[in-house]
This record gives sequence, structure tokens and C-alpha cells, in this order.
Amino acid sequence: MSTHRVALEVNGVTREGEAEARLSLADFLRDVLGLKGTHVACEHGFCGNCNVLLDGESVRACLMFAVQAGGRSVTTVEGLTESDGTLGRLQRAFHDNGGLQCGFCTPAMLVTAHEYLEAHPDGGTDTEIREAIDGVMCRCTGYQHIVDSIRAAAAGAP
Amino acid sequence: MSIAEQDPNAAKVAADTAAGDRPRRWLGKSLNRVEDPRFLRGQGRYLDDIELPGMLHAAVVRSPHAHARIVSIDTSRAEQLPGVVRVVTGADVAEHAAPLPSFGAGPIVQDMIATEKVRHYGETVAAVVAESRYVAEDACDLIEVVYEELPVVLDPVAARADDSPLVHEALGTNTAYERTFSFGEVDRAFAEADHTVGAELYWPRSTGMPMDMNGAIGDFDPGTGVVTIYANSMNFTYFLWLIAASLKVPASKLRIVPVAAGGSFGSKFFMHKVPTFAGFLSMLVGCPVKYVEDRIAHITANDHCGSDRRYEASLAFDADGTFQALRISCIDDYGAYLQFGTGTHGNALSQIVGPYRIRHVEYSLAAVLTNKNQQGAYRGFGAEVSNWVLERLVDMAARKLGLDRVEIRRRNLIPADSFPYKTPTGNIYDSGNYQGVLAQVLEESEYETWVAYRDAARAEGRHVGIGVVASQERSVFSSTEFWFWFDDPQFTPTSSPESASVRIDPTGELVVTLHSQSMWGNSPETVVSQVVAEEFDVDPASVVVTYADSQNALPGTGPGGSRYTVMVSGAVAGATTELKDKIRRIASGKLEVAEADLEFRNGAVGVVGVPDRQLTLAEVALTAYMFRLDLPPDMPSGLAATSTYDHPLTTLPNDDRSDLGIFYPFVGHAWHIAVVEVDVETGGIEFLRYAAVHDAGTIVNPRTLDGQVIGGTVQGLGTALYEEILYDAAGRVLNETFEHYHLPSALDAPEMTVGHHETPSPYTPYGIKGAGEGGRMLTPAIMSAAIEDALSPYGVTVTSLPIRAEQIVDWVASATAAP
Repeated sequence: MSTHRVALEVNGVTREGEAEARLSLADFLRDVLGLKGTHVACEHGFCGNCNVLLDGESVRACLMFAVQAGGRSVTTVEGLTESDGTLGRLQRAFHDNGGLQCGFCTPAMLVTAHEYLEAHPDGGTDTEIREAIDGVMCRCTGYQHIVDSIRAAAAGAP
Repeated sequence: MSIAEQDPNAAKVAADTAAGDRPRRWLGKSLNRVEDPRFLRGQGRYLDDIELPGMLHAAVVRSPHAHARIVSIDTSRAEQLPGVVRVVTGADVAEHAAPLPSFGAGPIVQDMIATEKVRHYGETVAAVVAESRYVAEDACDLIEVVYEELPVVLDPVAARADDSPLVHEALGTNTAYERTFSFGEVDRAFAEADHTVGAELYWPRSTGMPMDMNGAIGDFDPGTGVVTIYANSMNFTYFLWLIAASLKVPASKLRIVPVAAGGSFGSKFFMHKVPTFAGFLSMLVGCPVKYVEDRIAHITANDHCGSDRRYEASLAFDADGTFQALRISCIDDYGAYLQFGTGTHGNALSQIVGPYRIRHVEYSLAAVLTNKNQQGAYRGFGAEVSNWVLERLVDMAARKLGLDRVEIRRRNLIPADSFPYKTPTGNIYDSGNYQGVLAQVLEESEYETWVAYRDAARAEGRHVGIGVVASQERSVFSSTEFWFWFDDPQFTPTSSPESASVRIDPTGELVVTLHSQSMWGNSPETVVSQVVAEEFDVDPASVVVTYADSQNALPGTGPGGSRYTVMVSGAVAGATTELKDKIRRIASGKLEVAEADLEFRNGAVGVVGVPDRQLTLAEVALTAYMFRLDLPPDMPSGLAATSTYDHPLTTLPNDDRSDLGIFYPFVGHAWHIAVVEVDVETGGIEFLRYAAVHDAGTIVNPRTLDGQVIGGTVQGLGTALYEEILYDAAGRVLNETFEHYHLPSALDAPEMTVGHHETPSPYTPYGIKGAGEGGRMLTPAIMSAAIEDALSPYGVTVTSLPIRAEQIVDWVASATAAP
């Protein structure tokens, strides 16, 4: 198994690490770079719990090899927290609106919602929000408070 | 029912926490959860996020057969792979470990790795410990197992035949348990009733399916002989000694460290396989070993599939709709092992008559073993199934009488003046206002408007249907339900306690230590913060919550059966009462005022009516820890208290089991109303309105309660419409990934309203009742009712789940094709 030096930008910072050719991006982020916020729940690309943004677009980090992300820009949940450690806009909205219960799908929900709000700064409709997060499985919330959270984040509500 | 006679400690807690004159300041508020920030930052520290120095990783070889004898295992190629540390098989288990715990009767032995034969697809056959998970999985592919296939038993009815192959030869039968319970005069009631309805009903096997799977890290310390196991839950304070027995270590040498779990829904309730396995591997190799299930392992071989039941059920009732008697016969397919015995039917028996005045009940159960994964706990623990059965029968009775489905229910509701209400099985319902909840849901849903809408739509040829269903939500189990099945049980526990430690440290920080597993999607830290804040009148955000590991833990049972909020509140209230007494004594001396004239306000204890005569809790705490001579002479230093709160209302079953005693008495109540439109071309379902009203007693946090209700409702939607673990004729799981096992997504789920009705329990701390499972107890019944109503032009009766889209299309096609 060949090993490669992978350099990429993660949350605005250039990071480097060794990766076997077969190492998934999810495992690279978690185990090589130590960013444990990206979670793996099915490893088959169906649950979306490992979603990260690659050059601004959501991808399944379990279905992508780390080497494929070389030279590109990745955003993970850790990148949504403000630089002073306080919760970012979406994180606050999830906190204020019951947008999480067990928290396991939350990082993927947050980055997916971030991508959605970049494209829909006014928040769009509830149906559009549901379409945006339809590929991320949550077993706790029944999604309603997540939709509320995203809508609240768009509105800039506390 | 006198709680004071039954349990003086619980009576004192109930009295101390009863709503007094002072309005509650923190309980009942939709406060933000204190758990959230770490999870929002991606710092939840789930099991797989933990790295220990020198930690190795395990992967597992799983059986491709449902039933086969293991002839030989060749591990030599795997052992030669660089990075592999050890290959482990059933021979190691047989030599070094004892079987896994089981609550079932009879010789049904389960090992953490199969020793002689495999009994279901996906069962663990061998394991590899290696330097990385990738290498461990590579090595698994190099292990060669020779099997001798055996005839498989998949149909639980066929499994009961004398000539059926046996899952456990030592048992001599596949029927692990069989008994008929009779409460009241069932035969007479059926004979005398004007009408009966009956049906064969099928509830399919599904599972809680959390996003985070079961995982553990074993960390054996050869120096002390202590096995530390980090586990994403398992009710470790309740069951520690059983895990220790499997590992053949004294319980004092087993240390379980609770780790947050990304969801359970029953699947991590006494998670006995994975933590034991990780501990065992660590003991073999002498360094830390992590094992986390992958999704295929979780679907095919997790600790807890849900119920898998075939029913014959009937309801007897009079011409005016009055229910008289209920007769239920159930064959439950438990799979290959009987982990929890038949406790999931104890749940059913706690509320078998629902909210209705049915006085005569017969309940027959056959618990059958087959070559499938084992059954265990899933949100509702079996009572969600019996509620679906009962509500199906009620809808059938309404149809038979031509009576409105709301009206027939209204006529049979237990009246508000009959509580505590003793049900036929012996369990009580503590309190309730069922007519009030019904009136509220009809109003909040604008039911009459929707009835008119449906009728108009139907006249236009649209397929709009309404479902209206009720459910009880029993909460706070007693351990008697695990043994009252037997005339001569071997072990008859009556404890299911919960503990809390509360201290104010010398800097004035309030610290609560919990003695059960870490959070798994519920919000124990928020609950105890609100309770402590209520008692001391401090900001809940200032309360620090920690978890004890098993070597420091007091008695506990953990979440499950909608018990934790009630029980931990009782434990925290007990500890805070003791602490407050101590603080009052200290402050009384320092402020030179009678204790009765002191109150807790804004983080201080002060003289009533004199705002500037007070001591902050920090000042009292510093005195308590550092100024012994300022304390009353009989008072030891420090400011800490612990309390263990027991189930307050357990009573024993009688000898002939015609009365099972009180075992699940704090009973919430809920109604859901759904309006759906069915697309008969595609089988698709659109929600036009979904309204729920729940009465869970005193509410601790309305928003988190809403979250439990909505989440449970959508999980129940999966049970109703999508989810079933499918086995092929050879017993292989057909849908072992999320590609073929569909969970409800954001577009599947309804936008719903949740209303609350508060009937405080007279017996529990603050009047709280449990509420974690309720949503899922209603959705299967309501979707059955609403779809049936929408398809009424086609004469459809829903008797099995899930109601797949293709099923709907088939119903319509066959009804339309009929001559």
C-alpha cells in the first residue's frame, strides 16, 4: 500500500499528514489531523453524518480518499466555531432551538446547513431547508428543531 | 395507596418537592441544554474519539451463515500479516471467559465469540487485534473458517413444531417460555358482550439504530489487575457484577468509565456484548484495545433488536361501545438468545388496557428462539407494540358499530376521579386527566375542521385520511417485571434505584455527580441543573455535572423505560434537601437568626424580608470546609451530600400471578391526530396536519420534552412505514446497510405541533412522569388509522407493518381489479 504526503487547507489553515492511498478523508481528518468532530456512521455514503465541505460543497468524507483532497480546501465543524472559541451563528441557533439531542449527526448537519445558507442567505423555505438536509440522517430530533434552527440562523435571531 | 407506608423516603421526597406557594423559577422553563456546546463544537468525545497511549484496534469475522457448526478456523495467514498482534477465537473465550449474562431462564448460553456453532447471521466467530483498524480488517479477510451448515429456523411458528431444528439443543425446544395469564373473568366477559372484533396482527423486527454505534475500549492494567472499560453506556452500575462474571474478574477489579453515546433508543441499554469483548481482548493482549461496531455489525448483530411479534387479538364490547374484555395471544420471535427474558412483555402488561376501562384481560405469550439476531430493548420496550394492537382493535370496534373513532374512545376513558387506578394486571396508573387531554388535542388540531376537509376532499376523489389515537406512557420500571413470569423464579430483585451526589466546593461551585451512564441524547445534565437551580435558586448554567466511574459509583440503574428524569430528580432532591439543612444550620449561627427565617435566593442564603442580611453559598461553603470552629459542634466539615432514591411504589406479585403488583406506575398519557393524503399511484404519503398533546406530569423543560416527543414520533414513523430487518430464506440479512434500510429523512418527517397538559404525579419528585418513549408509542397506530381512513373506498384494514408504498399501491390495485 503506497503512502502519500497529503497537504490541504482545513478550516483556513494548511495541514499536512501521511496517508495510505486507501485512507478515507474522514479517517484522515479524525486520526491523522485529530479533528474528531467529523463522525462516521455508515461508511457507505448513505447517512451523511461524515459530511464536510470541500471547496465549499458538501461531500461524504467516508467516500473520498484523503489523497483526493490534496491541495483543496476543507471545512469541518471545527471551522464553524469563532476564533475566540465562542459558538458560531449556526451553532448558537442549534443551541437556542433544540437542534440537537445526542449530537452525533450535528457536525454534518451544521456544515450542510452552512453550505445551504451560503446559497440561501434569506433562509429560503422550510421545504428547501428540508431538501438541503435530507441527505443527513438524524435519529433523535425528527428534524423539526433542526429546521427551526436553520431558519433562525438565517433570520439572525438569537 | 399510601406512599408513606410503602416508602417513607420517597414520600418525603415527594412532599419536599411538591409545588408550594413559591412559584417555580427554573423547572418548567425551556432553558438551553447545558450539554450542547461541546457537541456543537465537535468535541463530544464519543467513544471512537478517545485515543489511549499504545491503543490497538479490533475487527471481527462474522458468520455468513445463520446456523452452522464451526468445524475449523485457520488463523495462520492472518497472524503473519504485519501489524497483527493477536487473533482470537471461541477457543480463547472457552478457556479464559465465562458466557455473557442472560436474564432468560433455561440453558441458553451466549458467548462473546461463538464457540461451537453460530446461531445467527453476523454472529462473531473470530477477532483480530492489530495496530490499526485497517490492518485488523485486512487480517479478518485472511482467516479461513470451515462451517458445516445446519438447517435454519426462521419462522417462529414452525420453530415450535416437535421436529424443528433446535437453536439451543440443551434447551430441548425452541419455545423458551410459554404461559397464559388471566386477569378477571375473560371467558364470561367475552360470552356476555354484544360484539367482538379480532385480528391477526404482525409487528416486524426493527431496531433503535442510533447514528453512533456500540463501542468500547478495554484497558487492562496487569499491575493492579484492574480492567478499565470505556463504554458508550450499558447501565453499568446496575449490571457491573454481571460483566465482571463474564470476564472472570472480581467486580472490584472492573472499572467502567461512562462515555457519551450518539443515541441509544434502547440499543445501548445493558450493552453487554461490545464492552465485555473489548475488556476481554485487552486482557489477552495486555494493552488498550478499541472495538467499535461498523454499521453492518450493528444491523446484523447488535445487542437489541426490537419486538418481532405475531398476534391473535380480540376485543369484546357492548352495543353502546363499552369495552369489556381483551384477549391477546402473542408469539414473539426473540432470535437466537433470550437476553432480557420476556421483560418486553412485562412492559406491555403494565398498560395493556391503555387508557380504557377494560376489566378483563387474557394474555398468552410464547417466546420463541430462531436463527436471527437477538431481541432486546427498543424505545417503548414492547409496550409500543401492544398499544398498536389495542388501538387497531379499537378502530375495528368503531367501524363495526359505525361509531366515530373519537367517540368510542371517549366513552371508555378512565375518569379523572378514579386515580390511582388499578388496572386488571395489578399495575396502577398514578394520575391523569384523559378527557382533558383529548379535548385539548381536538381543539389544538382543529379536528372538526379537518374532518370537513377530509370529507370534501374525498368527494373530489382525493385520498385524505385522519387518524386519532391515544396511548399511555408508563414510566419508571421496577425490576419485578423481569421475574414475575415464573412461579418459582431463581432471583427476585425489587430494586431499581438512582443516586446523585451534590456538593458545594470551597469556591462555591455546585457540583453534581451522577452514577449512571453518560448522556446518550437525553439531557441528564440539564435536568439536574434545573433541579439544583430550583432548590438553591442559582443559575442552572453555573451547575457543574460530572459522572462517576463504576469504582466510585453509588447504586444506579440508568436511563431506560422513561425513568431517568423522575429518578435522578428524586436522588438530587434528596441530596439537596440534606445540603440545604446543613447550610441553614451554618447560616443560622453566623447570621444569628432562626433557621425557619432563612430562604435560598440568588445563590445565597438570607433572612426573609431582609435583603442585605445574607451569606452567599460560597461564603457558607468556605466556612464549611475551612472554619471548623464556626460550625455547630456536632457538624463535620465539608458541604456534600449523597442520596439514593428507590422506585417508590413497587409491590410484589401474588402467588398465582393473577395480580402482578405495581411495577410501572407513573403513567403519562398522549393523543395524536394526523391528517394525511395518500397518492394511490405511488403510495406516497403527505402530511396535512400532525398534532400531539402529551401529559407527562410536571414538565422540567418544555423544549427538550418537545424534542423527545417529535423525535420519538418520527422514529415511530420509521416503524410504521419503512423499517424492517429482512432475512432471506437462508437467514441472511438482506438490508444490512443504509442503502436498503431506510430511516426517516427530513422530507419524510411531518411538521407537527406539540401541546402539553400537566397532571402532576402525586408520588414522584416534583410530580414528574417519564416521557422519553411516548412519541414512538403512537405513530404506528396513527399511521395505520390514517392510511386506512384515506383508503376507506378500497376497504383496506391495516394488520401489519411497515406499510410500504408498494403495499398501498397493491391494495388499491387489487381492490380496483376485484370484480
